[in-house]
Amino acid sequence: MEALREGMRQAMQQDERVFVIGEDIGVYGGAFGVTAGLIDEFGPKRIIDTPISEAGIAGAVIGAAITGMRPIGEIQFSDFVVISMEQLVMQGAKMRFMFGGKADVPFVMRLAGGSGTGAAAQHSESLENWFVHVPGLKVVMPSSPYDAKGLLLAAIQDNNPIMFFEHKLLYKTKGPVPEEMYTIPLGQSHVVREGKDLTLIATSIMVSRAQQAAEQLAEEGIEIEIIDPRTLKPLDEKPIVDSVIKTGKALIVHEAVKTGGFGGELAAVIMESEAFAYLDAPVRRLAGLDMPIPYNRNLEYHAVPQVENIVEEARKLVKGQY
Amino acid sequence: MAGNSKNEKLIGGILPESKARDLLYKMVLTRTFEENAEEMYALGKVHGTMHLSIGQEAIAAGSSPALKKSDYLLNTHRGHGHFLMWGGDLNRMMAEFMGKEAGYCRGRGGSMHIADVESNNLGAQGIVAGNLPISVGVGLSIQMRKTDQVVLTLFGDGASNEGAFHESLNMAAIWDLPVIYLCENNQYAMSMAFERAFRIEQVSERAAAYGMVGLTIDGNDVIAVYKAVSEAAERARKGNGPTLIEAVTYRWRGHSKSDRQLYRTREEVKEWMEKDPIQRFAKVLGVNEAQMKEIQAQAKEDIRKAVEFAEASPEPDVSTILEGIYA
Ligand SMILES: Cc1ncc(C[n+]2csc(CCOP(=O)(O)OP(=O)(O)O)c2C)c(N)n1
Ligand SMILES: [Mg+2]
Repeated sequence: MEALREGMRQAMQQDERVFVIGEDIGVYGGAFGVTAGLIDEFGPKRIIDTPISEAGIAGAVIGAAITGMRPIGEIQFSDFVVISMEQLVMQGAKMRFMFGGKADVPFVMRLAGGSGTGAAAQHSESLENWFVHVPGLKVVMPSSPYDAKGLLLAAIQDNNPIMFFEHKLLYKTKGPVPEEMYTIPLGQSHVVREGKDLTLIATSIMVSRAQQAAEQLAEEGIEIEIIDPRTLKPLDEKPIVDSVIKTGKALIVHEAVKTGGFGGELAAVIMESEAFAYLDAPVRRLAGLDMPIPYNRNLEYHAVPQVENIVEEARKLVKGQY
Repeated sequence: MAGNSKNEKLIGGILPESKARDLLYKMVLTRTFEENAEEMYALGKVHGTMHLSIGQEAIAAGSSPALKKSDYLLNTHRGHGHFLMWGGDLNRMMAEFMGKEAGYCRGRGGSMHIADVESNNLGAQGIVAGNLPISVGVGLSIQMRKTDQVVLTLFGDGASNEGAFHESLNMAAIWDLPVIYLCENNQYAMSMAFERAFRIEQVSERAAAYGMVGLTIDGNDVIAVYKAVSEAAERARKGNGPTLIEAVTYRWRGHSKSDRQLYRTREEVKEWMEKDPIQRFAKVLGVNEAQMKEIQAQAKEDIRKAVEFAEASPEPDVSTILEGIYA
């Protein structure tokens, strides 16, 4: 959370075209506190509180972006982005192409997604793959504080419309973050951990859960290689393909529901690549159950992959018990 | 719910006294429920978030009790009071709040999605203004089925700035749908003060833009709400279309559990706490302090029993996790 805030602060200090717009991001500091204090430094003209109007927020960032500004929009809970869909999908995403490649639409839309807070079905969704399906948009999903800042700064500098999905449970994670400005190029997968027995591709909060699972499996002598795509679109396929060639096995883990999720895309990427010939087990997906997120704490826990599910699934795959 | 068979004293010329006393009790019950909810949250007995209506109880007390059992309710995220006033059972409500199988939604929905379709209570709402377009469909269905039902749709000042509000009001107006749009203007949408979000003085001014009746009332006055809703219902039942009622009130607590309330002053909150709708209604009914203490004790006791009921109710079984998604 502090990494994101620092990224926004530095971008705003460096470039006066950058501003932030969203619901309760000013004095309130954002529903999760990400923008806390920014209004004191930049004032209400650059940290803009809006009425509850998500279509309006999307339109505001698009309109400002095509006329020379570099807006950062915030959708308080990523679920509410469904109200912004027309502007984002029909307008922002396609504008450059429809105008013959002559318009730049440089905005970043930050969205707080994911379950695990007891917020139930309308405040817990993982909708990233909806946007992966829309040509013209880029989709970013950081999994660590270091990546969050570097990817956010890269996104702000990018000349395209970018959907930046943050996970609520990751706001409180700690990790080393350089004070200075730095960018992590969009479209670079990250090999988070090396291993020879299985390629585990995970996004967002599932990266840290996969790391914990890998620690446990290491004690059993199973070596997991973890890859975090970091940007779902554009997707850096090579490290994934190379890894599967090495391990011969692939497990994909994400929180979003399985059917129609990004895992299907990743599986297809592997299957269509030269890694196919090296597979010695089916590509497997471990993802959210095909259901809305339940309110009850225990059901909510079981609706999405947890460390123990990853351990079990990875172990089965490595041991050929799928 | 409406009607007065006995020759009973009418409070404010409209509300039968025994019913009024019941409403006062339910207002106290709502507040006690929410105070208890806060406590349980602090103790970690419930998770998630919750939106308390403390200070706004008069709107719930004056609205659904002015309707018939056969009418429909579309509730908001701040809807504990409305749920109880609609006739919700405290035990099952508490169980839902605690995520238990015996809850109205089997613990799947929680406070933000509590519904009781059987009693035409079509649910609380996690999406601001999400219920407004639905009320058009319910209204249309009533028209098509040729019943004399009406829809009570609740929402906040903040919801009035969603596109859904405008589409819904216009459609209901052009088709004369039997919808009562009841805006609980508590003067803030989370941290957004009314004056910062509107260029107009009153939400009800917008009614004119769609060609429907619009009025602003004192939302801390049970009788004023009851009157306005009764009249709107009569208009709707006669086929004379929707009404936009703006009930002005104030939220005493933070928006939800994460609110540090930096956007308003303590003085302002205090000032409104002096306009307590419960005390005010008690005065109208001539209920003295000692009687009030009794009512509060009764509410506490009912809440205690409800918690007991909910705690005894089983957690949903994980093996049933995929139930209830498709018909
Ligand atoms: C579409 C959507 N946007 C934002 C939110 C987050 N949110 C929940 S309640 C709320 C404030 C609503 O204000 P208002 O309509 O005035 O109702 P109040 O909370 O004051 O009762 C906000 C911003 C949401 N739930 N849904
Ligand atoms: Mg409000």
